[in-house]
Amino acid sequence: MIDLTPLTRATRWHPAELVFWLLPVAGYFLLQDNLVLLTQIAITALFCLSLDLILGFAGIVSLGHTAFFGIGAYAAGLMAAHGHGDPLLGLLVAGICAAVAGFISSLLVLRGADLTRLMVTLGVAMMLYELANKLTPITGGVDGLQGMEIQPLFGSFAFDMFGKTAYWYAVGVLFVMFVIARRLVHSPFGLSLKGIRQNVGRMPAIGAPVNARLAAVYTIGALYAGIAGALLAQTTQFVALDVLSFNRSAELLLILVLGGSGCLYGALIGTIVFMTAHHFLSDMNPEYWQFWLGLLLVLIVLFARDGVMGGVRRLGALSKGGAKA
Amino acid sequence: MTYALQTTSLVKKFGGFVATNTVSLNVEAGARHALIGPNGAGKTTLINLLTGFLEPTSGEVILNGDKVTHLAQHQRVKRGLARTFQINRLFADLTVLESVVMAVNERLGLGARFWQSVGSHTAAVDEAVELLERLRLLDVAHETTRNLAYGKQRLIEIALALAAKPSVLLLDEPAAGVPTIESRELFETIAGLPREVTILLIEHDMDLVFRFADRISVLVGGAVLTEGTPEVIAHDPKVKEVYLGEAICD
Repeated sequence: MIDLTPLTRATRWHPAELVFWLLPVAGYFLLQDNLVLLTQIAITALFCLSLDLILGFAGIVSLGHTAFFGIGAYAAGLMAAHGHGDPLLGLLVAGICAAVAGFISSLLVLRGADLTRLMVTLGVAMMLYELANKLTPITGGVDGLQGMEIQPLFGSFAFDMFGKTAYWYAVGVLFVMFVIARRLVHSPFGLSLKGIRQNVGRMPAIGAPVNARLAAVYTIGALYAGIAGALLAQTTQFVALDVLSFNRSAELLLILVLGGSGCLYGALIGTIVFMTAHHFLSDMNPEYWQFWLGLLLVLIVLFARDGVMGGVRRLGALSKGGAKA
Repeated sequence: MTYALQTTSLVKKFGGFVATNTVSLNVEAGARHALIGPNGAGKTTLINLLTGFLEPTSGEVILNGDKVTHLAQHQRVKRGLARTFQINRLFADLTVLESVVMAVNERLGLGARFWQSVGSHTAAVDEAVELLERLRLLDVAHETTRNLAYGKQRLIEIALALAAKPSVLLLDEPAAGVPTIESRELFETIAGLPREVTILLIEHDMDLVFRFADRISVLVGGAVLTEGTPEVIAHDPKVKEVYLGEAICD
Protein backbone atom coordinates (compact mmCIF):
# COMPACT_ATOMS: atom_id res chain seq x y z
CA MET A 1 0.00 0.00 0.00
CA ILE A 2 1.28 3.45 -0.66
CA ASP A 3 1.85 6.21 1.80
CA LEU A 4 -0.94 8.78 1.52
CA THR A 5 0.35 11.32 4.02
CA PRO A 6 1.44 13.82 1.33
CA LEU A 7 -2.26 14.39 0.58
CA THR A 8 -3.18 15.13 4.19
CA ARG A 9 0.00 16.90 5.20
CA ALA A 10 -1.65 20.28 4.75
CA THR A 11 -4.22 19.59 7.45
CA ARG A 12 -1.50 19.83 10.10
CA TRP A 13 0.23 23.10 10.85
CA HIS A 14 3.96 23.18 10.35
CA PRO A 15 5.91 24.50 13.39
CA ALA A 16 7.26 27.33 11.23
CA GLU A 17 3.69 28.47 10.65
CA LEU A 18 3.02 28.64 14.36
CA VAL A 19 6.19 30.70 14.83
CA PHE A 20 5.08 32.98 12.01
CA TRP A 21 1.75 33.66 13.71
CA LEU A 22 3.54 34.56 16.93
CA LEU A 23 5.13 37.47 15.07
CA PRO A 24 2.07 39.73 15.39
CA VAL A 25 2.05 39.08 19.14
CA ALA A 26 5.74 39.87 19.41
CA GLY A 27 5.23 42.90 17.19
CA TYR A 28 2.61 44.24 19.57
CA PHE A 29 4.96 44.21 22.55
CA LEU A 30 8.17 45.18 20.77
CA LEU A 31 6.89 47.84 18.41
CA GLN A 32 4.29 49.65 20.47
CA ASP A 33 5.10 52.95 18.73
CA ASN A 34 4.52 51.50 15.29
CA LEU A 35 1.12 49.92 15.76
CA VAL A 36 -0.37 52.01 12.98
CA LEU A 37 2.21 50.71 10.52
CA LEU A 38 1.69 47.14 11.75
CA THR A 39 -2.06 47.52 11.32
CA GLN A 40 -1.51 48.72 7.75
CA ILE A 41 0.69 45.70 7.13
CA ALA A 42 -2.03 43.32 8.37
CA ILE A 43 -4.64 44.98 6.16
CA THR A 44 -2.43 44.99 3.08
CA ALA A 45 -1.54 41.36 3.77
CA LEU A 46 -5.22 40.44 3.68
CA PHE A 47 -5.64 42.42 0.47
CA CYS A 48 -2.63 40.66 -1.01
CA LEU A 49 -4.00 37.30 0.08
CA SER A 50 -7.10 38.04 -1.97
CA LEU A 51 -5.00 38.71 -5.07
CA ASP A 52 -3.01 35.55 -4.39
CA LEU A 53 -6.22 33.51 -4.45
CA ILE A 54 -7.20 34.72 -7.89
CA LEU A 55 -3.76 35.21 -9.48
CA GLY A 56 -1.47 32.85 -7.62
CA PHE A 57 -3.86 29.92 -7.40
CA ALA A 58 -6.26 30.38 -10.30
CA GLY A 59 -4.00 32.35 -12.67
CA ILE A 60 -6.40 35.25 -13.32
CA VAL A 61 -4.31 38.38 -13.88
CA SER A 62 -5.76 41.62 -12.57
CA LEU A 63 -4.64 45.22 -12.66
CA GLY A 64 -7.79 46.48 -11.01
CA HIS A 65 -8.09 44.54 -7.81
CA THR A 66 -8.57 47.79 -5.87
CA ALA A 67 -12.06 47.93 -7.30
CA PHE A 68 -13.18 45.46 -4.63
CA PHE A 69 -10.97 46.96 -1.95
CA GLY A 70 -12.53 50.35 -2.66
CA ILE A 71 -16.08 48.99 -2.71
CA GLY A 72 -15.47 47.39 0.68
CA ALA A 73 -13.95 50.56 2.09
CA TYR A 74 -16.80 52.77 0.91
CA ALA A 75 -19.45 50.26 2.00
CA ALA A 76 -18.03 50.07 5.53
CA GLY A 77 -17.39 53.82 5.56
CA LEU A 78 -20.92 54.72 4.49
CA MET A 79 -22.42 52.33 7.02
CA ALA A 80 -20.41 53.90 9.84
CA ALA A 81 -21.13 57.42 8.61
CA HIS A 82 -24.86 56.71 8.66
CA GLY A 83 -25.20 55.32 12.12
CA HIS A 84 -24.43 51.61 11.57
CA GLY A 85 -21.04 51.63 13.22
CA ASP A 86 -20.78 48.02 14.38
CA PRO A 87 -17.43 46.95 12.95
CA LEU A 88 -18.29 43.30 12.31
CA LEU A 89 -21.58 44.17 10.64
CA GLY A 90 -19.64 46.65 8.51
CA LEU A 91 -17.17 43.95 7.51
CA LEU A 92 -19.96 41.59 6.58
CA VAL A 93 -21.83 44.11 4.45
CA ALA A 94 -18.61 45.31 2.81
CA GLY A 95 -17.62 41.74 2.03
CA ILE A 96 -21.00 40.97 0.51
CA CYS A 97 -21.01 44.15 -1.61
CA ALA A 98 -17.56 43.38 -2.95
CA ALA A 99 -18.45 39.74 -3.58
CA VAL A 100 -21.53 40.73 -5.58
CA ALA A 101 -19.43 43.16 -7.62
CA GLY A 102 -16.83 40.41 -8.04
CA PHE A 103 -19.37 37.93 -9.28
CA ILE A 104 -20.82 40.38 -11.80
CA SER A 105 -17.44 41.46 -13.13
CA SER A 106 -16.27 37.84 -13.30
CA LEU A 107 -18.70 37.40 -16.17
CA LEU A 108 -16.71 40.04 -18.08
CA VAL A 109 -13.25 39.11 -16.88
CA LEU A 110 -13.56 35.42 -17.73
CA ARG A 111 -14.47 36.11 -21.33
CA GLY A 112 -10.99 36.87 -22.54
CA ALA A 113 -7.40 35.78 -22.23
CA ASP A 114 -4.72 37.48 -20.13
CA LEU A 115 -4.46 40.78 -21.99
CA THR A 116 -8.24 41.17 -22.08
CA ARG A 117 -8.37 40.43 -18.39
CA LEU A 118 -5.75 43.06 -17.61
CA MET A 119 -7.67 45.65 -19.58
CA VAL A 120 -11.11 44.74 -18.24
CA THR A 121 -9.97 44.73 -14.61
CA LEU A 122 -8.13 47.99 -15.14
CA GLY A 123 -11.15 49.52 -16.86
CA VAL A 124 -13.60 48.49 -14.15
CA ALA A 125 -11.34 49.97 -11.44
CA MET A 126 -10.95 53.21 -13.39
CA MET A 127 -14.69 53.58 -13.81
CA LEU A 128 -15.26 53.05 -10.10
CA TYR A 129 -12.55 55.58 -9.29
CA GLU A 130 -14.20 58.25 -11.39
CA LEU A 131 -17.61 57.32 -10.04
CA ALA A 132 -16.41 57.81 -6.47
CA ASN A 133 -14.73 61.03 -7.56
CA LYS A 134 -17.93 62.42 -9.11
CA LEU A 135 -20.41 61.29 -6.47
CA THR A 136 -19.13 63.84 -3.98
CA PRO A 137 -22.39 64.06 -1.97
CA ILE A 138 -22.13 60.37 -1.15
CA THR A 139 -18.42 59.61 -1.13
CA GLY A 140 -16.92 62.98 -0.31
CA GLY A 141 -15.02 62.88 -3.61
CA VAL A 142 -11.39 63.94 -3.39
CA ASP A 143 -11.85 65.16 0.17
CA GLY A 144 -12.61 61.64 1.25
CA LEU A 145 -15.44 60.18 3.27
CA GLN A 146 -15.60 61.65 6.72
CA GLY A 147 -17.78 61.44 9.79
CA MET A 148 -17.47 57.73 10.39
CA GLU A 149 -18.28 56.57 13.89
CA ILE A 150 -17.13 53.08 14.68
CA GLN A 151 -18.69 51.44 17.68
CA PRO A 152 -16.63 49.34 20.09
CA LEU A 153 -15.69 45.88 18.88
CA PHE A 154 -18.04 43.24 20.37
CA GLY A 155 -19.68 46.18 22.14
CA SER A 156 -16.81 46.46 24.62
CA PHE A 157 -13.45 47.23 22.96
CA ALA A 158 -13.45 50.86 21.84
CA PHE A 159 -11.07 51.91 19.08
CA ASP A 160 -8.46 53.85 21.07
CA MET A 161 -6.16 56.61 19.86
CA PHE A 162 -3.06 54.38 20.21
CA GLY A 163 -4.51 51.95 17.73
CA LYS A 164 -4.33 48.94 20.05
CA THR A 165 -7.87 47.73 19.36
CA ALA A 166 -7.45 48.48 15.67
CA TYR A 167 -4.30 46.40 15.61
CA TRP A 168 -5.78 43.31 17.26
CA TYR A 169 -8.91 43.69 15.18
CA ALA A 170 -6.97 43.77 11.91
CA VAL A 171 -4.66 40.92 12.93
CA GLY A 172 -7.59 38.84 14.17
CA VAL A 173 -9.54 39.28 10.94
CA LEU A 174 -6.42 38.51 8.89
CA PHE A 175 -5.85 35.33 10.87
CA VAL A 176 -9.41 34.08 10.52
CA MET A 177 -9.47 34.85 6.80
CA PHE A 178 -6.08 33.19 6.40
CA VAL A 179 -7.27 30.00 8.08
CA ILE A 180 -10.26 29.90 5.72
CA ALA A 181 -8.05 30.50 2.69
CA ARG A 182 -5.69 27.80 3.89
CA ARG A 183 -8.50 25.27 3.99
CA LEU A 184 -9.72 26.44 0.62
CA VAL A 185 -6.43 25.94 -1.22
CA HIS A 186 -5.93 22.46 0.22
CA SER A 187 -9.46 21.32 -0.66
CA PRO A 188 -10.56 19.63 -3.89
CA PHE A 189 -11.70 23.07 -5.05
CA GLY A 190 -8.20 24.46 -4.46
CA LEU A 191 -6.67 21.52 -6.29
CA SER A 192 -8.93 22.13 -9.28
CA LEU A 193 -7.78 25.77 -9.33
CA LYS A 194 -4.18 24.62 -9.52
CA GLY A 195 -5.21 22.34 -12.36
CA ILE A 196 -6.80 25.28 -14.18
CA ARG A 197 -3.71 27.42 -13.74
CA GLN A 198 -1.39 24.69 -14.94
CA ASN A 199 -3.41 23.45 -17.89
CA VAL A 200 -6.70 25.16 -18.53
CA GLY A 201 -7.18 23.21 -21.77
CA ARG A 202 -7.15 19.86 -20.03
CA MET A 203 -9.67 20.66 -17.31
CA PRO A 204 -12.86 20.37 -19.42
CA ALA A 205 -11.57 17.00 -20.61
CA ILE A 206 -11.63 15.68 -17.04
CA GLY A 207 -15.14 17.04 -16.60
CA ALA A 208 -14.39 20.26 -14.72
CA PRO A 209 -16.56 23.33 -15.37
CA VAL A 210 -13.69 25.80 -15.69
CA ASN A 211 -15.66 29.03 -15.89
CA ALA A 212 -17.81 28.20 -12.88
CA ARG A 213 -14.70 27.52 -10.81
CA LEU A 214 -13.02 30.71 -11.94
CA ALA A 215 -16.13 32.77 -11.25
CA ALA A 216 -16.29 31.25 -7.77
CA VAL A 217 -12.68 32.05 -6.90
CA TYR A 218 -12.94 35.53 -8.40
CA THR A 219 -15.97 36.18 -6.21
CA ILE A 220 -14.15 34.86 -3.14
CA GLY A 221 -11.12 37.01 -3.99
CA ALA A 222 -13.38 40.05 -4.28
CA LEU A 223 -14.92 39.24 -0.90
CA TYR A 224 -11.49 39.10 0.70
CA ALA A 225 -10.48 42.39 -0.91
CA GLY A 226 -13.72 44.00 0.25
CA ILE A 227 -13.09 42.95 3.83
CA ALA A 228 -9.54 44.34 3.63
CA GLY A 229 -10.92 47.63 2.34
CA ALA A 230 -13.48 47.72 5.15
CA LEU A 231 -10.73 47.12 7.70
CA LEU A 232 -8.80 50.08 6.36
CA ALA A 233 -11.86 52.33 6.50
CA GLN A 234 -12.80 51.26 10.00
CA THR A 235 -9.33 51.42 11.54
CA THR A 236 -8.56 54.84 10.06
CA GLN A 237 -12.17 56.09 10.31
CA PHE A 238 -11.72 57.69 6.92
CA VAL A 239 -11.99 56.64 3.28
CA ALA A 240 -9.71 58.41 0.82
CA LEU A 241 -10.39 58.31 -2.90
CA ASP A 242 -6.99 56.67 -3.15
CA VAL A 243 -8.52 53.31 -2.12
CA LEU A 244 -9.56 52.95 -5.76
CA SER A 245 -6.34 54.22 -7.31
CA PHE A 246 -4.42 52.35 -9.98
CA ASN A 247 -1.27 52.71 -7.89
CA ARG A 248 -2.71 50.51 -5.22
CA SER A 249 -3.51 47.72 -7.69
CA ALA A 250 -0.06 47.88 -9.24
CA GLU A 251 1.65 47.97 -5.87
CA LEU A 252 -0.32 44.94 -4.77
CA LEU A 253 0.82 42.98 -7.80
CA LEU A 254 4.39 43.98 -6.99
CA ILE A 255 4.03 42.81 -3.39
CA LEU A 256 2.67 39.45 -4.46
CA VAL A 257 5.46 38.86 -6.97
CA LEU A 258 7.96 39.92 -4.34
CA GLY A 259 6.62 37.46 -1.81
CA GLY A 260 5.93 34.64 -4.22
CA SER A 261 2.51 34.06 -5.75
CA GLY A 262 0.71 30.75 -5.50
CA CYS A 263 1.70 30.40 -1.87
CA LEU A 264 -0.40 31.94 0.90
CA TYR A 265 2.62 32.85 3.00
CA GLY A 266 4.12 34.50 -0.07
CA ALA A 267 1.37 37.11 0.09
CA LEU A 268 1.95 37.71 3.81
CA ILE A 269 5.74 37.79 3.71
CA GLY A 270 5.77 39.90 0.56
CA THR A 271 3.63 42.46 2.36
CA ILE A 272 5.87 42.51 5.42
CA VAL A 273 9.03 42.91 3.34
CA PHE A 274 7.53 45.51 1.03
CA MET A 275 5.90 47.67 3.69
CA THR A 276 8.97 47.55 5.91
CA ALA A 277 11.26 48.43 3.01
CA HIS A 278 8.85 51.17 1.98
CA HIS A 279 8.88 52.52 5.54
CA PHE A 280 12.64 52.68 5.85
CA LEU A 281 13.44 53.70 2.28
CA SER A 282 10.95 56.54 2.31
CA ASP A 283 12.43 57.66 5.66
CA MET A 284 15.97 57.69 4.32
CA ASN A 285 15.19 59.00 0.91
CA PRO A 286 11.75 60.60 0.88
CA GLU A 287 11.91 61.80 -2.71
CA TYR A 288 13.53 58.93 -4.51
CA TRP A 289 12.57 55.86 -2.52
CA GLN A 290 10.70 54.42 -5.45
CA PHE A 291 14.02 54.08 -7.25
CA TRP A 292 15.19 51.50 -4.72
CA LEU A 293 11.85 49.74 -4.82
CA GLY A 294 12.08 49.53 -8.60
CA LEU A 295 15.58 48.12 -8.37
CA LEU A 296 14.45 45.53 -5.85
CA LEU A 297 11.62 44.48 -8.13
CA VAL A 298 13.85 44.10 -11.20
CA LEU A 299 16.35 42.04 -9.23
CA ILE A 300 13.66 39.78 -7.87
CA VAL A 301 12.07 39.11 -11.21
CA LEU A 302 15.46 38.44 -12.81
CA PHE A 303 17.05 36.32 -10.12
CA ALA A 304 14.33 34.96 -7.86
CA ARG A 305 11.32 34.37 -10.08
CA ASP A 306 9.17 32.87 -7.38
CA GLY A 307 9.86 35.58 -4.84
CA VAL A 308 10.92 35.33 -1.22
CA MET A 309 9.02 32.10 -0.62
CA GLY A 310 10.66 30.53 -3.67
CA GLY A 311 14.03 31.41 -2.19
CA VAL A 312 13.01 29.91 1.15
CA ARG A 313 11.94 26.69 -0.59
CA ARG A 314 15.23 26.45 -2.45
CA LEU A 315 17.18 27.01 0.77
CA GLY A 316 15.07 24.32 2.42
CA ALA A 317 15.83 21.89 -0.42
CA LEU A 318 19.53 22.73 -0.19
CA SER A 319 19.69 22.13 3.55
CA LYS A 320 17.81 18.85 3.15
CA GLY A 321 20.24 17.79 0.45
CA GLY A 322 23.10 18.85 2.72
CA ALA A 323 21.73 16.81 5.59
CA LYS A 324 21.55 13.72 3.39
CA ALA A 325 25.10 14.14 2.11
CA MET B 1 -27.32 -2.99 -32.89
CA THR B 2 -26.49 -0.46 -30.18
CA TYR B 3 -24.10 2.32 -30.92
CA ALA B 4 -22.05 4.03 -28.25
CA LEU B 5 -21.08 6.94 -30.43
CA GLN B 6 -22.60 8.16 -33.68
CA THR B 7 -22.41 11.15 -35.93
CA THR B 8 -25.01 11.97 -38.55
CA SER B 9 -23.91 13.99 -41.59
CA LEU B 10 -21.45 15.96 -39.52
CA VAL B 11 -20.07 19.02 -41.29
CA LYS B 12 -17.49 21.54 -40.10
CA LYS B 13 -16.50 24.47 -42.26
CA PHE B 14 -13.76 26.97 -41.49
CA GLY B 15 -14.68 29.83 -43.79
CA GLY B 16 -14.73 28.20 -47.23
CA PHE B 17 -12.68 25.19 -46.17
CA VAL B 18 -14.62 22.03 -45.41
CA ALA B 19 -12.65 20.22 -42.71
CA THR B 20 -15.30 17.64 -41.99
CA ASN B 21 -17.51 16.64 -44.89
CA THR B 22 -20.82 14.88 -44.02
CA VAL B 23 -19.24 12.30 -41.78
CA SER B 24 -21.62 9.62 -40.52
CA LEU B 25 -19.72 7.45 -38.13
CA ASN B 26 -21.19 4.55 -36.15
CA VAL B 27 -19.15 3.14 -33.32
CA GLU B 28 -20.67 0.00 -31.84
CA ALA B 29 -20.85 -0.38 -28.09
CA GLY B 30 -17.82 -2.30 -26.89
CA ALA B 31 -15.99 -1.91 -30.20
CA ARG B 32 -12.30 -1.35 -30.74
CA HIS B 33 -12.78 1.06 -33.57
CA ALA B 34 -9.86 2.76 -35.29
CA LEU B 35 -9.89 5.96 -37.28
CA ILE B 36 -7.07 6.25 -39.76
CA GLY B 37 -6.22 8.61 -42.56
CA PRO B 38 -3.29 10.56 -43.96
CA ASN B 39 -2.14 13.84 -42.48
CA GLY B 40 -4.67 16.58 -43.01
CA ALA B 41 -7.55 14.12 -43.38
CA GLY B 42 -9.47 15.89 -40.64
CA LYS B 43 -8.98 13.40 -37.81
CA THR B 44 -8.23 16.04 -35.22
CA THR B 45 -11.17 18.19 -36.30
CA LEU B 46 -13.44 15.19 -36.00
CA ILE B 47 -12.17 14.44 -32.50
CA ASN B 48 -12.73 18.08 -31.57
CA LEU B 49 -16.29 17.87 -32.84
CA LEU B 50 -16.94 14.65 -30.95
CA THR B 51 -15.59 16.00 -27.66
CA GLY B 52 -17.23 19.41 -27.95
CA PHE B 53 -14.13 21.51 -28.37
CA LEU B 54 -15.65 22.64 -31.67
CA GLU B 55 -19.30 23.02 -32.65
CA PRO B 56 -20.28 21.53 -36.01
CA THR B 57 -21.65 23.67 -38.82
CA SER B 58 -24.37 21.05 -39.23
CA GLY B 59 -25.12 17.48 -38.26
CA GLU B 60 -25.38 15.75 -34.90
CA VAL B 61 -23.21 13.94 -32.40
CA ILE B 62 -25.01 11.16 -30.53
CA LEU B 63 -23.57 9.59 -27.39
CA ASN B 64 -25.25 6.45 -26.07
CA GLY B 65 -28.41 7.38 -27.90
CA ASP B 66 -28.58 11.00 -26.70
CA LYS B 67 -27.85 14.05 -28.79
CA VAL B 68 -24.88 15.89 -27.28
CA THR B 69 -24.11 18.14 -30.25
CA HIS B 70 -24.43 21.35 -28.28
CA LEU B 71 -23.15 20.22 -24.90
CA ALA B 72 -19.92 21.67 -23.54
CA GLN B 73 -16.85 19.46 -23.22
CA HIS B 74 -17.13 18.89 -19.49
CA GLN B 75 -20.81 17.95 -19.81
CA ARG B 76 -19.95 15.28 -22.38
CA VAL B 77 -17.30 13.93 -20.04
CA LYS B 78 -19.97 13.66 -17.36
CA ARG B 79 -22.02 11.59 -19.80
CA GLY B 80 -19.19 9.17 -20.33
CA LEU B 81 -17.09 10.49 -23.20
CA ALA B 82 -13.42 10.86 -22.26
CA ARG B 83 -10.35 11.44 -24.36
CA THR B 84 -6.58 11.53 -24.34
CA PHE B 85 -4.52 14.03 -26.26
CA GLN B 86 -2.05 13.44 -29.05
CA ILE B 87 0.43 15.72 -27.29
CA ASN B 88 0.48 15.36 -23.51
CA ARG B 89 -1.71 17.84 -21.74
CA LEU B 90 -0.85 17.24 -18.15
CA PHE B 91 -0.45 19.16 -14.93
CA ALA B 92 3.29 19.67 -14.83
CA ASP B 93 3.63 20.71 -11.20
CA LEU B 94 1.13 18.34 -9.65
CA THR B 95 2.12 14.88 -8.54
CA VAL B 96 0.75 11.91 -10.45
CA LEU B 97 -1.56 11.05 -7.57
CA GLU B 98 -2.82 14.63 -7.22
CA SER B 99 -3.60 14.78 -10.94
CA VAL B 100 -5.59 11.57 -10.91
CA VAL B 101 -7.34 12.40 -7.62
CA MET B 102 -8.37 15.69 -9.20
CA ALA B 103 -9.88 13.89 -12.16
CA VAL B 104 -11.69 11.37 -9.93
CA ASN B 105 -12.98 14.26 -7.81
CA GLU B 106 -14.63 15.76 -10.87
CA ARG B 107 -16.40 12.55 -11.73
CA LEU B 108 -17.64 12.10 -8.18
CA GLY B 109 -18.83 15.71 -8.12
CA LEU B 110 -16.39 16.67 -5.37
CA GLY B 111 -14.51 19.28 -7.38
CA ALA B 112 -16.24 22.22 -5.74
CA ARG B 113 -15.77 21.02 -2.15
CA PHE B 114 -13.83 23.78 -0.46
CA TRP B 115 -13.56 22.93 3.22
CA GLN B 116 -12.22 19.42 3.84
CA SER B 117 -8.74 18.64 2.55
CA VAL B 118 -8.16 16.63 -0.61
CA GLY B 119 -6.81 13.72 1.40
CA SER B 120 -9.89 13.45 3.59
CA HIS B 121 -12.09 12.52 0.63
CA THR B 122 -10.99 8.91 0.91
CA ALA B 123 -13.35 7.44 -1.68
CA ALA B 124 -11.71 9.53 -4.40
CA VAL B 125 -8.20 8.87 -3.15
CA ASP B 126 -8.74 5.12 -2.93
CA GLU B 127 -10.11 5.03 -6.44
CA ALA B 128 -7.17 7.04 -7.76
CA VAL B 129 -4.72 4.68 -6.06
CA GLU B 130 -6.50 1.71 -7.62
CA LEU B 131 -6.26 3.31 -11.04
CA LEU B 132 -2.56 4.01 -10.62
CA GLU B 133 -2.04 0.42 -9.61
CA ARG B 134 -3.85 -0.79 -12.71
CA LEU B 135 -1.65 1.38 -14.94
CA ARG B 136 1.50 0.46 -13.00
CA LEU B 137 2.07 4.04 -11.93
CA LEU B 138 1.92 3.43 -8.21
CA ASP B 139 5.67 3.64 -7.70
CA VAL B 140 5.73 7.19 -9.10
CA ALA B 141 2.51 8.33 -7.40
CA HIS B 142 4.22 11.11 -5.49
CA GLU B 143 6.53 12.20 -8.29
CA THR B 144 5.89 15.57 -9.89
CA THR B 145 4.57 15.01 -13.40
CA ARG B 146 7.26 17.09 -15.10
CA ASN B 147 10.00 14.85 -13.72
CA LEU B 148 8.70 11.70 -15.39
CA ALA B 149 9.80 10.11 -18.66
CA TYR B 150 7.55 10.68 -21.65
CA GLY B 151 6.33 7.09 -21.69
CA LYS B 152 5.15 7.36 -18.10
CA GLN B 153 3.48 10.66 -18.90
CA ARG B 154 1.54 8.96 -21.69
CA LEU B 155 0.16 6.59 -19.08
CA ILE B 156 -0.97 9.55 -16.96
CA GLU B 157 -2.85 10.82 -20.02
CA ILE B 158 -4.74 7.53 -20.05
CA ALA B 159 -5.19 7.49 -16.28
CA LEU B 160 -6.80 10.95 -16.39
CA ALA B 161 -9.22 9.79 -19.07
CA LEU B 162 -10.05 6.56 -17.26
CA ALA B 163 -10.71 8.48 -14.05
CA ALA B 164 -13.88 9.71 -15.75
CA LYS B 165 -15.06 6.06 -15.95
CA PRO B 166 -15.92 6.60 -19.61
CA SER B 167 -18.28 4.46 -21.61
CA VAL B 168 -16.52 5.78 -24.71
CA LEU B 169 -12.81 6.49 -24.74
CA LEU B 170 -11.16 8.46 -27.55
CA LEU B 171 -7.47 7.74 -27.81
CA ASP B 172 -5.68 10.28 -29.98
CA GLU B 173 -2.43 8.61 -31.02
CA PRO B 174 -1.72 7.23 -27.57
CA ALA B 175 1.68 5.91 -28.57
CA ALA B 176 2.89 9.10 -30.27
CA GLY B 177 6.43 9.91 -29.24
CA VAL B 178 6.85 6.74 -27.22
CA PRO B 179 9.75 4.37 -27.98
CA THR B 180 8.59 1.14 -29.65
CA ILE B 181 9.19 -1.13 -26.67
CA GLU B 182 7.24 1.12 -24.38
CA SER B 183 4.47 1.53 -26.92
CA ARG B 184 3.90 -2.26 -26.92
CA GLU B 185 3.48 -2.08 -23.19
CA LEU B 186 1.15 0.87 -23.56
CA PHE B 187 -1.03 -1.05 -25.99
CA GLU B 188 -1.10 -4.06 -23.73
CA THR B 189 -2.53 -1.78 -21.07
CA ILE B 190 -5.09 -0.40 -23.50
CA ALA B 191 -5.98 -3.87 -24.76
CA GLY B 192 -6.56 -4.89 -21.16
CA LEU B 193 -9.32 -2.33 -20.64
CA PRO B 194 -12.73 -3.85 -19.91
CA ARG B 195 -14.89 -4.57 -22.91
CA GLU B 196 -17.71 -2.30 -21.72
CA VAL B 197 -15.47 0.63 -22.55
CA THR B 198 -15.88 1.45 -26.21
CA ILE B 199 -12.66 2.67 -27.75
CA LEU B 200 -12.19 4.93 -30.73
CA LEU B 201 -8.52 4.97 -31.61
CA ILE B 202 -6.73 7.42 -33.84
CA GLU B 203 -3.36 6.08 -34.75
CA HIS B 204 -0.66 6.45 -37.37
CA ASP B 205 1.12 3.20 -36.67
CA MET B 206 -0.71 0.78 -39.00
CA ASP B 207 0.86 -2.21 -37.35
CA LEU B 208 -0.76 -1.25 -34.05
CA VAL B 209 -4.08 -0.43 -35.69
CA PHE B 210 -4.39 -3.79 -37.41
CA ARG B 211 -3.48 -5.71 -34.29
CA PHE B 212 -5.83 -3.77 -32.05
CA ALA B 213 -8.92 -2.75 -33.99
CA ASP B 214 -11.92 -4.86 -34.93
CA ARG B 215 -13.35 -2.11 -37.11
CA ILE B 216 -11.61 0.61 -39.10
CA SER B 217 -12.83 3.83 -40.69
CA VAL B 218 -10.64 5.57 -43.22
CA LEU B 219 -10.88 9.32 -43.33
CA VAL B 220 -9.65 11.21 -46.39
CA GLY B 221 -10.15 14.86 -47.19
CA GLY B 222 -12.61 15.29 -44.34
CA ALA B 223 -14.91 12.48 -45.51
CA VAL B 224 -15.15 8.78 -44.72
CA LEU B 225 -13.57 6.94 -47.64
CA THR B 226 -14.54 3.51 -46.44
CA GLU B 227 -15.24 1.49 -43.36
CA GLY B 228 -14.93 -2.18 -42.51
CA THR B 229 -13.11 -4.96 -40.73
CA PRO B 230 -9.29 -4.90 -40.77
CA GLU B 231 -9.15 -7.58 -43.51
CA VAL B 232 -11.49 -5.66 -45.77
CA ILE B 233 -9.61 -2.39 -45.23
CA ALA B 234 -6.21 -4.02 -45.74
CA HIS B 235 -7.24 -5.30 -49.17
CA ASP B 236 -9.19 -2.27 -50.28
CA PRO B 237 -7.48 -0.82 -53.37
CA LYS B 238 -8.78 2.70 -52.58
CA VAL B 239 -7.11 2.61 -49.21
CA LYS B 240 -3.90 1.28 -50.73
CA GLU B 241 -3.92 4.17 -53.13
CA VAL B 242 -4.28 6.70 -50.31
CA TYR B 243 -1.48 5.11 -48.37
CA LEU B 244 0.71 4.68 -51.42
CA GLY B 245 4.16 3.78 -50.27
CA GLU B 246 3.08 2.92 -46.77
CA ALA B 247 3.07 -0.71 -45.78
CA ILE B 248 -0.41 -1.36 -44.52
CA CYS B 249 0.07 -5.04 -44.01
CA ASP B 250 2.39 -7.68 -45.22
